[in-house]
Amino acid sequence: MKISVRYFAKVREALGPGEDLSFEADGPATVGALRDWLAARSPRHGAALSHEQAVRTACDQVMCGADEALYDGAEVAFFPPVTGG
Amino acid sequence: MAVQEADFDLGNEVAALREGDTGIGAVASFVGTVREWALDGAAAAPTSGLVLEHYPGMTERSIEAMVDEGIRRFGLRGVRVIHRVGPLALGDQIVLVAVSAPHRRAAFQGCEFLMDWLKTQAPFWKKEVSAQGAQWVDAREQDDAALARWGEVPGAVPNAAGGPDAEGQGQGSKA
Repeated sequence: MKISVRYFAKVREALGPGEDLSFEADGPATVGALRDWLAARSPRHGAALSHEQAVRTACDQVMCGADEALYDGAEVAFFPPVTGG
Repeated sequence: MAVQEADFDLGNEVAALREGDTGIGAVASFVGTVREWALDGAAAAPTSGLVLEHYPGMTERSIEAMVDEGIRRFGLRGVRVIHRVGPLALGDQIVLVAVSAPHRRAAFQGCEFLMDWLKTQAPFWKKEVSAQGAQWVDAREQDDAALARWGEVPGAVPNAAGGPDAEGQGQGSKA
């Protein structure tokens, strides 16, 4: 299935430019599994997406937990706790 | 509702909010501004300003959901929300929430509820800029506590208080 991934703020900066991507992922079944799968891509990914970091997730632009199921065409985002207002 | 780089005028926004609605008996508004962080020891060097990042698309959806909930919960007659993004200088306006209602209690409460939601649920991130460089602002657990005062809020998830690991956050959050 095809998944697009977006990163924001501190997570985006830690990974460097051009890391937003779209790819075929037939392994991870949930948002949490996708986070672990991405974290294994490089030490940089591992540090940015580590479970030591406060990372929040959204699926199709709605906040979600790690057990959210992935589906074809999903847009998954990883970012730190929000600080607007 | 708008997410924009441009500044806004409180008077114009309130006038637009009130226009043509004689059922309004109360208007409450909140304007957030860029503060000097070094004054309370939060930064080592004087702040020159902020840069605000957001998640285009999700930001708008999130604010629309909170406005719907505010109207449902407090019987608000009208709501205007403006959040600025991009580079902002000290003293600049960041955010406006203005609401109208038949009576003052609903207006005060609705305005505060919407700000408590926005601070913890809308995907914006502040980066503080000083002579020593730029640094992302940390989320505060007391902002989660502020939203929690309003009881069960549909779709709301713990933000800072969710802990370092996102596991288990947002149980049932898509309900």
